[in-house]
Amino acid sequence: MGGVGRHLGFWIGAAAFVALAFAMALTVRNEYAFFAGFVVLQFIVLATAWNILGGYAGYVNFGTSAFFGIGVYTAVFLLKAVAAPLWIQIGVAALVGAALGLGVGLLTLRLRGIFFSIATVAITIIAETLITNWKFVGGATGVQLLRPPVTEPFDSYIKMLFVIAAVMVVIAVALARYVQNSGLGRGLRAIRDDEIAAECSGVPTLNLKLVACALSGALMCAAGAPSAMYLQFADPVSAFNLNYSVSALAMSLIGGTSHWIGPVLGAILLATTQQLLTVTISSEVNVLVLGVMLVLFVVAAPEGIIGLARRLWRWARRRTS
Amino acid sequence: MSQALLQVDGVSKRFGGFTALDGVSVDIRPGERFGLIGPNGSGKTTLINCISGVLSSDLGAIRFDGQDITRLPAYKRTRRGIARSFQVPRPFRSMTVLENLLVAIDFAVIGHGLSTRQADAEVYAILDKIGLADKAHVSSSQLSQVELRKMELARAMAARPKLLISDEAMAGLAGAEVDEVLDVLLKLNAEGITVIMIEHIMQAVMRFSERVMCLDAGRVICEGTPQQVMADKRVQEAYLGT
Ligand SMILES: Nc1ncnc2c1ncn2[C@@H]1O[C@H](COP(=O)(O)OP(=O)(O)OP(=O)(O)O)[C@@H](O)[C@H]1O
Ligand SMILES: [Mg+2]
Repeated sequence: MGGVGRHLGFWIGAAAFVALAFAMALTVRNEYAFFAGFVVLQFIVLATAWNILGGYAGYVNFGTSAFFGIGVYTAVFLLKAVAAPLWIQIGVAALVGAALGLGVGLLTLRLRGIFFSIATVAITIIAETLITNWKFVGGATGVQLLRPPVTEPFDSYIKMLFVIAAVMVVIAVALARYVQNSGLGRGLRAIRDDEIAAECSGVPTLNLKLVACALSGALMCAAGAPSAMYLQFADPVSAFNLNYSVSALAMSLIGGTSHWIGPVLGAILLATTQQLLTVTISSEVNVLVLGVMLVLFVVAAPEGIIGLARRLWRWARRRTS
Repeated sequence: MSQALLQVDGVSKRFGGFTALDGVSVDIRPGERFGLIGPNGSGKTTLINCISGVLSSDLGAIRFDGQDITRLPAYKRTRRGIARSFQVPRPFRSMTVLENLLVAIDFAVIGHGLSTRQADAEVYAILDKIGLADKAHVSSSQLSQVELRKMELARAMAARPKLLISDEAMAGLAGAEVDEVLDVLLKLNAEGITVIMIEHIMQAVMRFSERVMCLDAGRVICEGTPQQVMADKRVQEAYLGT
């Protein structure tokens, strides 16, 4: 009963969200709103993706930028090789991300704790080095890309990208929500709490971690793919920028990792702040703000915005009763 | 003679240069109540870790239910019917007691075909048996040490084991509680579950076990009826020495 209502509520909300994005794209003139909005949406996808492995299973992954960058370059490659349309770029990037997640997972997921995290940093360095030395996709200097003409009913490519990003947000969040509420989610939570006890309770820990890593990787790569067309340029230093790894992690932790809404709230809060700061002050301040907010939350609200909300809710109930 | 449920055959385990298990062999019969004793650090938990798959043994073979499980990952052993409790409790801290047990039902009892409500009912039945029913919706991070030990056993039971291994489930319990847990283990055994009990409380071991084995420094030094083992010189020396 409550379950059906909640599902319905979620999908109505999701549909309304996409409809709103679409309506905005058709009516709002100012392109800058979409430029900034796209980045916020992209970070929601990244943080949501990060949380599937990093939050639900507790495997803190510093490799977001590796997956993101490979998503960017999957798109670049497909553009240059076969002039593939955008949706093919995104779809193939998701497949590449899933395969990469499986491969990386097989190599690193037997490591626990800090060793896993360090291995994921190494993956980023390896991926960036490989792309830097690959001439076909531009090598170290990067590559200029031409946008194809925009599809009806949109009047600008950026607006179209914005709506596509909104759809990707819905897909990512729906997937994370499904994982959270399924048996997989309970298994991942058991792994996060105590991996040995989980294994001894029949949880196939390695398999579940691999599934989580593949899903997470697929979403991260998919998030990177439209970036190529967004910037009309790609170079290894920005595609594999460590900022993606740090931001995805910080957004999830600040929002709260135990529920899918956490990374969404964290991404909206942080990415919006960053966008405003970039306009008003400078992009260098971003890193500082990110750091300060992360420290504040880790100290004052270790369970993120979700934890804060829960505490407030309990406090309010005690006052009224 | 009926075939052994668990056959441990020459199992050895080293940690660096230290030999924790040195060629341990033992057969456990179906339905048996088996006591495992030995002084601190004698290798009891290490043996259980090798049997349950938490550690892989360096040498030797382990057979369960007629099949070789020496190289099987722990989760597959649990699914085949080996469940254990941990000496130092390992709860899923973000979950309630009920959810802790549901993990075991969901993942260890493959194809159980239980509806959510039936699974809950099974959990309540287990919690009732072990005296934790009133804690079902309490977060496991808020349990007392005694309650955590009980939940360890309850979670192992939720996996519907053929063989239940209890690693010092009674440590730190008061007299009446020891009897309670002992009664639970006896009841389970009466239902047909084979039980290996590791325990330092000798009265409990004596009351419970049909057969007792004593480890010392990674080797089996004695095996027999509880009376035989208690009377054995080497066992007495192992406990008195050091
Ligand atoms: N993972 C490990 N790494 C290194 N040494 C270990 C490890 N596990 C156990 N040991 C050592 O192996 C020996 C046997 O330990 P084990 O825990 O099996 O003893 P035990 O009989 O269960 O003792 P207790 O009655 O205190 O629980 C001890 O000396 C212990 O320090
Ligand atoms: Mg022990």
